[in-house]
Amino acid sequence: MTDHGAHSHGRLEGVLRRGQFALTAETSPPDAAAPAPLLARAHCLMGLADAVNVTDGAGARAHMGALAAAALLAQAAIEPVLQFTVRDRNRLALQGDLLGAAALGVPNILCLHGDDLARSDQPEAKPVYDIDSVTLMATARRLRDHGTLPSGRPIEPRPRLFIGAADAPIDPPAGWRPDKLAAKVAAGADFVQTQFCFDLPLLRRYLAALADHGLVGRVHILVGIGPLASAKAARWMVANLRGVHIPEPFIERLERSSDPRAEGRRLCIELLQELAEIDGVAGAHLMAPRGEAAIAETIAESGLLARRSAA
Amino acid sequence: MYAVRLWSVRHARLMERLYEALERTLVALDPAFRRIGYERLARPVAAVERTVKGLLFDCKMCGRCVLSSTGMSCPMNCPKNLRNGPCGGVRADGHCEVKPAMKCVWVQAWAGAGRMANGGAILDLQQPVEHSLQGSSAWLRIAREKGAGAAPAAGTTGKPA
Repeated sequence: MTDHGAHSHGRLEGVLRRGQFALTAETSPPDAAAPAPLLARAHCLMGLADAVNVTDGAGARAHMGALAAAALLAQAAIEPVLQFTVRDRNRLALQGDLLGAAALGVPNILCLHGDDLARSDQPEAKPVYDIDSVTLMATARRLRDHGTLPSGRPIEPRPRLFIGAADAPIDPPAGWRPDKLAAKVAAGADFVQTQFCFDLPLLRRYLAALADHGLVGRVHILVGIGPLASAKAARWMVANLRGVHIPEPFIERLERSSDPRAEGRRLCIELLQELAEIDGVAGAHLMAPRGEAAIAETIAESGLLARRSAA
Repeated sequence: MYAVRLWSVRHARLMERLYEALERTLVALDPAFRRIGYERLARPVAAVERTVKGLLFDCKMCGRCVLSSTGMSCPMNCPKNLRNGPCGGVRADGHCEVKPAMKCVWVQAWAGAGRMANGGAILDLQQPVEHSLQGSSAWLRIAREKGAGAAPAAGTTGKPA
């Protein structure tokens, strides 16, 4: 397999282009000024996750900078997906960081708006939002494909970036159109990572609506999922995070279990195996707050990587 | 309005006296404000404050007024929103590097502070502006924070007054 025509040098893009079921994970940079705590959390994912998302100011709080954390992961041979929010930087800083990220060996970016400052521990901070996440995608694609900044100034060499967007599956009402996702794909999104969606019947209806509008096949869709730690955590997510779908029977299953963490991993593995069979699902994006080890175990136990090499 | 803004700085001592009287009145009104409800007062008072301070100082309603520490020259009129002194781009004639037709807000601030009784407050370090307060009334905030009904300041263990 050559990377002819590939946008990036990354493993994630290679896996997706080969049509294999991709597995991404998530880690959050620590409140620390040394690489060790970051690498300690993410190291267990090496070789298991195709790429590891690095959150950018999660919870609208300051942590180790995402670009620096992503570069540290790349140096440690853990492929990062650098999350880029437009909340804290204006377009000049974002453009500079797109080039800097590529220069530091970051092959994947995920363009986001960022958590609302109302949730921050410093809500008095100034939200920037100079450009939106769709414009950031268009900017990244312009840099990559045309080799120019929005001002027209040339960039040489160009950044090789695999561009991601976020999405939140919904149960599509009659006549619904996936305009937001279509705009992101039109702006340059190569892949999509979704909010938590444990409701696979809902996901199938969502994908059918995307297919009706010609979006399936034009963008790689990685469905958000994860090893739930407890029924309480699941209920909190449903109540507090926008667009999270966790069916009540799953939560009750965790509640009844004597070992909810193990049950959460089992549930996640069952869903992963089902996801791998759904047309239009290119992979899964595993998230669990401070749960990198649980994600690593889940991927290892799912057998999906072994199936990949057997195929 | 720019001409009025310059006039206010030239009469910084008068503005200081007026403000001191206003602040005493606001603080004295705190019990009344509490009875009426600060939430109900927020919009009408902010509208009055915006009109009066907009005319006199080109006020931007940042919500945390520092005019009495900046020689009655509003730092939010600085194109860089600098609240702790001028940038390195002040022109030799004391005008702004970004808006050459405008006198530097901070050159004005030092001139105004020199006319004020408590002009030395210009040396106080100002905290970053709180963007969550944008558009809200600084007058009501003063009344609430300095009024008799205010809770003791953070870090003290005193009983409520």
